[in-house]
Amino acid sequence: MNGTTGTFSRLRSAFASSPLAKTALVVLGGLYLAAVLAGWLAPYGMDDESRGHSWAPPSSWHWVDGRPSIHPVSYTFDENARRVYVEDSSRAVPVRLFVNGRLFGLDSLEAAATSEGGASARLYLLGADARGRDLLSRLLYGSRVSLSIGIVGVSISTLIALVVGGLAGFFGGWVDRLLMRLCEVFMLIPAFYLLMLLRATLPLDWDSRVVYLSIVLILSFIGWAGLARVIRGLVQSLRSADYIVAARALGVPPLVILRRHALPQTFGFLAIQATLSIPGYVVAESGLSLLGLGIQDPQTSWGNLLQEAMSIAEIRLHPWSLIPGLFLFAAVLSYNLAGDALRDALDPRSDR
Amino acid sequence: MIPMLLGVSIIAFGLLSLSPGDPLAAQRGNPQVPDELIRRIERQYGFDKPVPEQYLRWLGRVVQGDLGYSFKFKRPVADVIAERMAATLLLALFSTLLTWFLAVPLGVWSALRRSEWPDQVVSVLAFVGMSLPSFFLALLLLYGASVLPELPLIGRIPIGGLVSPGFDQLGPVARVLDVLKHLLLPGVVLAIGGLAGLQRVARGSTLETLSQPYILAARARGLSDRRVLWGHAFRNAANPLITLLGFEFSALLSGAAFTEIITSWPGMGLVALEAVRSKDMFLVMATVLMGSLLLLIGNLLADILHAWNDPRVKLS
Amino acid sequence: MTAPLLEVRDLSVSFGAVQVVDGLSYVIERGQSLGLVGESGCGKSVSSLALLGLLPPRGCRVEGSIRLEGRELVGLPAPQWMPIRGGRIAMVFQDPMTALNPLLTVERHLREVLAIHQGLEGELARKEATRWLDRVGIPDPAARLSTYPHELSGGMRQRVLIAMALAGKPDLLVADEPTTALDVTIQAQILDLLSDLRRELGMSMLFITHDLGVVERVADRVAVLYAGRKVEEGEVSEVLRAPLHPYTDGLVGSVPGFRPRSGRLRSIPGQVPSPAAWPGGCRFHPRCPHSQEDCTRIVPTESSGSRKVACHHALEAQR
Repeated sequence: MNGTTGTFSRLRSAFASSPLAKTALVVLGGLYLAAVLAGWLAPYGMDDESRGHSWAPPSSWHWVDGRPSIHPVSYTFDENARRVYVEDSSRAVPVRLFVNGRLFGLDSLEAAATSEGGASARLYLLGADARGRDLLSRLLYGSRVSLSIGIVGVSISTLIALVVGGLAGFFGGWVDRLLMRLCEVFMLIPAFYLLMLLRATLPLDWDSRVVYLSIVLILSFIGWAGLARVIRGLVQSLRSADYIVAARALGVPPLVILRRHALPQTFGFLAIQATLSIPGYVVAESGLSLLGLGIQDPQTSWGNLLQEAMSIAEIRLHPWSLIPGLFLFAAVLSYNLAGDALRDALDPRSDR
Repeated sequence: MIPMLLGVSIIAFGLLSLSPGDPLAAQRGNPQVPDELIRRIERQYGFDKPVPEQYLRWLGRVVQGDLGYSFKFKRPVADVIAERMAATLLLALFSTLLTWFLAVPLGVWSALRRSEWPDQVVSVLAFVGMSLPSFFLALLLLYGASVLPELPLIGRIPIGGLVSPGFDQLGPVARVLDVLKHLLLPGVVLAIGGLAGLQRVARGSTLETLSQPYILAARARGLSDRRVLWGHAFRNAANPLITLLGFEFSALLSGAAFTEIITSWPGMGLVALEAVRSKDMFLVMATVLMGSLLLLIGNLLADILHAWNDPRVKLS
Repeated sequence: MTAPLLEVRDLSVSFGAVQVVDGLSYVIERGQSLGLVGESGCGKSVSSLALLGLLPPRGCRVEGSIRLEGRELVGLPAPQWMPIRGGRIAMVFQDPMTALNPLLTVERHLREVLAIHQGLEGELARKEATRWLDRVGIPDPAARLSTYPHELSGGMRQRVLIAMALAGKPDLLVADEPTTALDVTIQAQILDLLSDLRRELGMSMLFITHDLGVVERVADRVAVLYAGRKVEEGEVSEVLRAPLHPYTDGLVGSVPGFRPRSGRLRSIPGQVPSPAAWPGGCRFHPRCPHSQEDCTRIVPTESSGSRKVACHHALEAQR
């Protein structure tokens, strides 16, 4: 029996037979591609602010001279001293492709020219934030953090789990008992409280890379315990599995047994587990950042962006600040759908 | 149970002591707090002592029922926690009931209609529900509730807090109704989150049970489908659900925390966040311990239910 | 002349495009015991589930006729099946470990049957349940009532299942490999129990097995199935002594004890084909030692009479 090709063909057929899973893969691929190309796709830089456009709504499109264009906007104040934006329809700034080294945007010279009423043009496909930064651009840059942190987090916690679970399962005895008690204790702390606890111990007012790393560390600390217990059980059952015992009796060296029999068996399982837990990490990062405990401005992530929507007054005035949540939802949903197909393909028992 | 909680407290205390901040930083910076008082607090709680000794002192006080003093709320931690715990349990209970009463019948129904369109619709909806992060859902519903016009019977759905202003002037019935109204939003957010997962498990478990030989055997004895389902399949299918209840409780506590924070429900999650933000050490310790305790109790309840449902399970 | 208790005619069962039972016919007279023999995958279990209308309604097609005392069962609406299942035709399944609901006591199991098919409730039902447990040879039956399935051994569970099957006072007992999952010593006890009870109660039995030795012990007549079709039928003693179909011959030859003269056991070469890939003509021809050209093309028809065989080159002539 050839384990790997069998697995791959099962995978292919599982995804081929489910249009939802296929769509999920496409969406995920698109999101990751967008994250990689964020610097080129985003019309503005991550921290390009324009105080004159604080909370500017999504720009409306106009066809002027057969070209999609936007009007510059200026603002007045309403009775509650909130900004109301008005378009200056006398002037149109065309949206150009391949401009300023980006996929699309406004030509900086054309946009810079201010009209009489002080109106200036900025392209906000999804609206602006309090400092007039383009939400779409920040979303794209933020997806780099949001989408990578899950994978890095899962990798680290799987690694921890492999070491702890492997040691416990392999050595047994007091090593096993000690490590498993430790896991149980960690599993006893509800994730949110552990998140809070770890957050309290790690500084976030440092360099953004350090912040990223500490968040990854915090996240990996949450998932490892449960996985370590499962891996330990797997290792234990593998040690006594008939075919392993048989291979040992036949004099197959332990390393070969491990490589040829034990690892392929655990690999599929670990792959499923990892994929299934990625969305949890993505959500956890967003949650942390949402509470202001994660990625800090001017760095950004979806959760950090969603912070703008934390108060009901803000949501009512700027509903577009909920959009980052939609991206989060799309990513999590796609991960869940793909994970489900993966589970169906790799777990022969789940044929329902 | 006790050793586990001890383990949790050691880990929590150890992690907190690694924390760079000074637990009394806020007090030191406050010119209204005399240095004399700060030194007294330091001596009293042993902040000047090595960490293991601090821990033992803390443990000694906890054993006597003293959870310490909250510098943030300027009240004993136990008082703060007791109040908040009640709110969290109320929310958890409400949403658990809501979840179970909806998810289990829906799961069973979905299993009976397996692969037909209602099942597929419910399955897709379940995926959507599972994939909506609780805080995003909370924000969405918050937005929804804020733009919703006044409803008959309920009036406006409250969008935060535990009670309305002027609660004290209300009669007893009106008070209960007021709290229920405030429960609606956070409760529904949590229920939707739990609903999707539970529905899937209930469906899977029902399908698995219905494929068991004893179900075929029961049908072969002339039992009606209804009798087979409720008399034979249901209790067996409930087994994994009961196991899940223990885990669900943990997820609920974490999910509840976010929902509490967003809908300003004054529960444990909100207090934990406030405690971490203000480095209120004893309060952090207490919330972590109480969270773990709730989880333990949840698991214990699940074990008891399990033993009650399944004669093969013995309580140890 | 009254109709036989059970008459199955041209029964075909297919799942989607795959036919697993093909034109099966047999008759069971009142008080008679028929053994249905074949290797796993030959369609014997599926055909027995069809007797109780227990095949899944979706994706499964049942054609032909099953008559219980002349009443057609194929296509019967669901509610009308209820009194037949367990009341007229009862079934004992292969694996006693999984055929009892693990969460219900023996008493609940038995009383359910008694309530449905005998209308017995309360103390009367309890007495009757105890009586049935005693009848199937369970020691201290009154105390066993309150036990759960996991507290009983496999043999005991099978006795409980037999008691449950008989408590509905059925006319026909379908036993689907009821001893396969049991220890050898227990197997003999259960077989004897079934034979004895059948005689005492004057019940008919359809006994499904892959084991010719078991058939000899419990059946009057035997029908041999191969790849969804019946290949041979007759009195047990005759079929075992002088099989007409090469497949039956192979089966008999592979069981120790039937042919003392032949010295060593034979085996049938090859494997049972899967229902999706049944060969044309006589389905046994690829494995048959006597296969000739016509076997690959023409489906053999069954000979008439009480001793039936479906083979172009039946063995009788060569003997």
